[in-house]
Formats: sequence, C-alpha cells, structure tokens
Amino acid sequence: MNYQIVMLLGQDGVTNGAIYALLALSILLVFTVTRILLIPQGEFVSFAALCMAAMEGGKPLYIGWLLLALSLAALALEAKERYQANGKLQLKGGDFAFTLYSLAACALLATAPLGTAGKPIQALLTLGLIVPLGPLMYRVFFQAIAAGHSLVLLIVSIAVHVALVGIGLLMFGAEGARIQPFSEGSIQLGGANINSQTLWVVAVSLILIVALYFFFEKTLYGKALRATAVNRLGAELVGISPELAGKASFSLAALIGALSGILIAPITTIYFDSGFVISLKGFVGSIIGGLASYPVAAIGALGIGLAEAFSTFWASSYKEVIVFTLILPFLLWRSLAHGGVEEEE
Amino acid sequence: MSNVVDKPLLAVKDLCVSYGKIEALSNANLAVGEGQIVTVIGPNGAGKTTLLSALMGVLPSKGEICLDGKIETSPPIKEMIAQGMSLVPEKRALFATMSVEDNLRLGSFRFHRRPKKEHEASMEEMFALFPRLKERRNQLAATLSGGERQMLALARALMGKPRLLMLDEPSLGLAPLIVREVFRIIAELRRKGVSILLIEQNARAALRVADYAYVLELGHIAMEGPASQLANDPRVIEAYLGSSGKHQEMLST
Repeated sequence: MNYQIVMLLGQDGVTNGAIYALLALSILLVFTVTRILLIPQGEFVSFAALCMAAMEGGKPLYIGWLLLALSLAALALEAKERYQANGKLQLKGGDFAFTLYSLAACALLATAPLGTAGKPIQALLTLGLIVPLGPLMYRVFFQAIAAGHSLVLLIVSIAVHVALVGIGLLMFGAEGARIQPFSEGSIQLGGANINSQTLWVVAVSLILIVALYFFFEKTLYGKALRATAVNRLGAELVGISPELAGKASFSLAALIGALSGILIAPITTIYFDSGFVISLKGFVGSIIGGLASYPVAAIGALGIGLAEAFSTFWASSYKEVIVFTLILPFLLWRSLAHGGVEEEE
Repeated sequence: MSNVVDKPLLAVKDLCVSYGKIEALSNANLAVGEGQIVTVIGPNGAGKTTLLSALMGVLPSKGEICLDGKIETSPPIKEMIAQGMSLVPEKRALFATMSVEDNLRLGSFRFHRRPKKEHEASMEEMFALFPRLKERRNQLAATLSGGERQMLALARALMGKPRLLMLDEPSLGLAPLIVREVFRIIAELRRKGVSILLIEQNARAALRVADYAYVLELGHIAMEGPASQLANDPRVIEAYLGSSGKHQEMLST
C-alpha cells in the first residue's frame, strides 16, 4: 500500500462518507421529530438515481403514476377524515394541489423530450418528482398513527420500504443504471488525482449541511421542527401541529435522499433495491450519534465511508461485514454509558 | 349555585373523561367569565389535570365545551389554540435545549404569518413582566432554576396572546418566595385582562387570588362558590386549608 492508493481509497471513502453523512442527518431528523425510523430513506436515493438514468437514456418514466396514486390516496384520506369530523364532505382547493401537481408531472413525463434536456434540468425534474413523495408518504402511511407506539411506526416503516422496493422494480426494471459524470476531468492535489465527481459530492454535501444548520438555527420553521423533537407536547401547545412537523421532516428527508441519489448516480451502479444498504450505512452513522447528535452522526457516517473504502482494499468480500460490525462497539459503549434510553412519554 | 356571569368565556357542560373503563371526570359543569380568575382545587388524583387536558383537547372527552358561544365536543388541540386557549402543563413542557428567546419566539408560533416586529414587541413585553428572563435571554431553558422555568412557561404561553390561560399547578415544587412571585404575576395578568383557569394544590393562595372556585373530588365537582366564601366554608377549611393553615399562611403571604 503506497501513498497513491491511500489517497485513492481516502477519496472514495470521503465521497461515500459524505453521502452517508447526509442520509444519517436525514434519518436523525425524521426520528427525532416524528419517532419514525425512516427505513424507506434509501428508496428516495435509488429512485432519484434511476430517474436520472432513465431520463438520460430516454426511457419512459413511470414515477409520475406513483406520485398520482399517492396523492389520490392522500386526497381520499383527507375527505374521509373531514367527513368523520364534520359529517359532511368538504374539500378545499388546496387539498387538490398534490393531485394537480402529479397530473402535470405525468403529462410532462409522457410528452417532453427529457433525454435531450441537459443534466441541470434533469436533476431539477428529478427533485420535483421525488421530493413530493416525502410529505405524501407521511400523509398516507403515518399521519393517522403518528401518536402510536414507536414499534408500530417502525413496522409500518418497514412495510412501506418493502412495498416501495417492489414498486421500484415495476417502475425501473431489474437492470442497474449509472449516469455520465456531471463534469469530466480531475485536479491534481498533493500528487494525487482528485476526481471531479468527488468534488461535486463533497461540495454539495457541505452546502446542504450548512443550509440545514441555518434552517434549524435561524429560521422559525426550523426552530419549530427542533422544538417538536425536544418536546412534542410543548410544541403542540404553542400551535406547531404534528402533521406540519411530520410533513416538513419527510419533505426534507426526501430532498436529502433525492440529492444523494443524484450525486451518487455517476459513481456507482444503482439498482431498484440499492437504496436500502446505502441508507443503512447512514443509519449506522446516526446510531454512532446516539440517534441524537447531528455532528457526531455526520462524523460517524464519514468514518463508515472511510472504513468501507479501506476494507474494500484489504478484505473486499468482508466489506459489509466489517462496516456493520462497527456498530457493535458503539452500541455497547452507548448502553454502558447511558444505562439504556428511557422513553420520554 | 353556579358561576353566573354576564359573558361566560368558557362554559363546560357535562364533561366526562374516561381512561378505558375508569371515569376520571364525570359530568363536570363549570364556567369562566371574561376577565375572571377561576380556580379548581382538590386533592391529588381528583381529576384536575384531566379536566385541563380535556379542555385543551389533549385528551378526548364527552360533553360540551363552549368557548365564546361556540360549542365543541372533544375538540382537537389546534382548534382550541386557534380559539385562544393556552395551557401551561404541570411539567412545563419547555424546549429544554433551546434558548429562552427561542422558547418565547415559538410561543407566538400561531401568529407566525404576522410581521416579525410584532413578535419582538411581545417578547419585550414579556421581559418587562419577567425581568429575570431578560437577564437569561440567551441561556438554554434547561439551565434555568425551577422558578425561572415556571416563569418561562408562563411567558411562553402569554406570547400566544391567550384569551383563556389555563395553569396546572404553577406553584408545584417551587420555593415559597417564588410561589409568592407566581401568584403576584397571576394577579397582575388579571389586571391586564387575561382570564385564568387555575388548578392548585396550594388552596389558600389559590382562593385568595381567585374570583370563583370549584372543589373537585374523585372526578366530581363537590363544591363551588365565590372564592372568598369558599375560603370560609368549614368543610373547605378542614379538608384543604387544614390545621397547618397557619403555617401555609406564613409561607404564602
């Protein structure tokens, strides 16, 4: 092992680690605000990557139908709940927003020549298709049971993940896909080649992390989300509705997942079911942060990325084993240090 | 007898709350007039906290809750907030890892569409009312003392400009001097026109500050009357003001 190889593996590790860090933050955010362990986080990643690939390859995209189905389900649930509360069927104009949006998305995907649109437009479109899945997912699957036991939330979360993997197979097929890099070339730094894709990933991740920091520290809505995580009853008593907090955190999770998917698409081949293992590594990072600390989770996830890169070199076939075994000492340390975590409510 | 007021802000009719098969509150009737302080006293486990939780919509209930003439049955919590109800729960429910200022800012979240100036103005109002909080405006809520936390909980609730403030045991676990301060503020809030529904174990202090009082026992309203009258009722004296009344008197004046 020489300097060149260390630099190469380090670069790989940092690239993957940055993605895992984003996903760790997202999982942490959703968990602290809603108590839901977002297992389907990975589907945002794989769906976004496969959307990019399908657009680039000029293949038909069916994800608009998933959006439409979810928005219709959300509309039906809304109507049902209003009926149960007021005894009459009342829907406001705003309730149809997602449905109209989905219809527009379906129409656009069916007619527009997306293959020739260029990377930035494809990426924006992908965000536009994936991000609404977040709030819709919360509305359809979680809103009604939001006050339930965290175990119930976990089971539903797993079910949603399994269902989405199946739907992913239907929409994108079994073949993996990888897209062209955003930019060619590389730069020389300290005698090593730094791949331009690495720079993209690191830069976008850093920008996103800084943006999230400002959102949570400086804006009222960010503070409201934090408040919900700190004290759910207190948040509800000052008028921060759990539905709003849930939808907002799921939207952020979908945004982070979709961005990660777009970033990772030129680096690895993504299959319909690749998201799970990727987000699982983010999850290991958030466990290292005790499902509570954002900076520790991000650093932990970066460490996972590096550990993965170096174990690929030394013991390639044991790579996943090594990465997931890393969680054990942290769990042991956490449980010894805290004597078990008690439920707040 | 009942709390007869010209304009009841809150009127509750036959309110029942059950936990499974156990009825924690049965057929409670009570009223709070505009600008009044009404207190509910009673022993531990009488259903006082249950009553407030049901009124706020935290717990599902049966019966009518009439706020400003609008009748609701088991209202959702956001409806009650929109109507101007505010609850300071016994455990305060502060945002412990956030600063005093942020706690206050979030207190007026229901007006989040209004201009920022307005929020800053009401925060300054709170700092005038609670100078201790101003000194600690950048400190995390978790680092405050018990009394300061209660002040913060009160101030956060007031940031939402409530028409009816419901306080659950605001003096619980506080040093006597701080208890006095809390009741001084409650009296001052009434002068500012805030209607208050106060739940207290410190019956003596509660009866002194209130206009009207209810005694809740085992989920039933056992007695009610103007606070001054109830304070002299031999049954109330025996059960709630008791022989240690002299001692309490010293503490709470």
